[in-house]
Amino acid sequence: MKTITVRYFAMFREHAGVGEESLTLDVQTAADVFAATRERHRSSEPVGHCKVAINDDMADWDAPVADGDTVFLFPPVAGG
Amino acid sequence: MITMTTDPILPDELRDNLFDPGAGAYCAFEGWVRNVNEGHAVERLEYEAYEPLAIKEGERILAEARERFKTLHAHCVHRTGLLEIGDCAVWVGVSAPHRDEAFLACRFIIDALKVRLPIWKKEHYVNGDSGWVNCGRCAAHGHSAA
Repeated sequence: MKTITVRYFAMFREHAGVGEESLTLDVQTAADVFAATRERHRSSEPVGHCKVAINDDMADWDAPVADGDTVFLFPPVAGG
Repeated sequence: MITMTTDPILPDELRDNLFDPGAGAYCAFEGWVRNVNEGHAVERLEYEAYEPLAIKEGERILAEARERFKTLHAHCVHRTGLLEIGDCAVWVGVSAPHRDEAFLACRFIIDALKVRLPIWKKEHYVNGDSGWVNCGRCAAHGHSAA
């Protein structure tokens, strides 16, 4: 088990009701974090349409996560 | 240079930062808040960004544009917070020796910004509803806002 700080943005934050929380999760990759928190962010989008960052760097969904990491879950972006 | 701001964007002032003795062309793009999206009458927009990463990724995009199109200067400013109809939400400006590079780099930058920066847009509709907007590419996969 790993302690992961998960940060939610935009619709994910509204669904989760918090912008950030510390969770103890059985996860290996960023995609695992997305799946493990699905009931929190309630994404209607598949993981591939969303983006992820680990410790302030954009990451791939198969990137490994370590105990103590902060994982940023981004719903599909819409700048401009 | 990319900047995120809650203040109004003033393109004329931003343009002055791109002057260069070697520049024969300047091209800019302004994205404005419009009053309708996908049939919904829009009253205002709200932009949310995760700024540290928006800036980091934005600088990467500008560097890619400079490398690829040999531009002299490429800047971007993106608004956050509440915007009204007609407000400038995003500005991209490029100076280059010739017009082809300026046009191409400007187009490349705005297209990349829209799909790569951690920025989200919530539409507030005239009827009181609101909804998060999906990017065009994702909307094409069948997701609708609101």
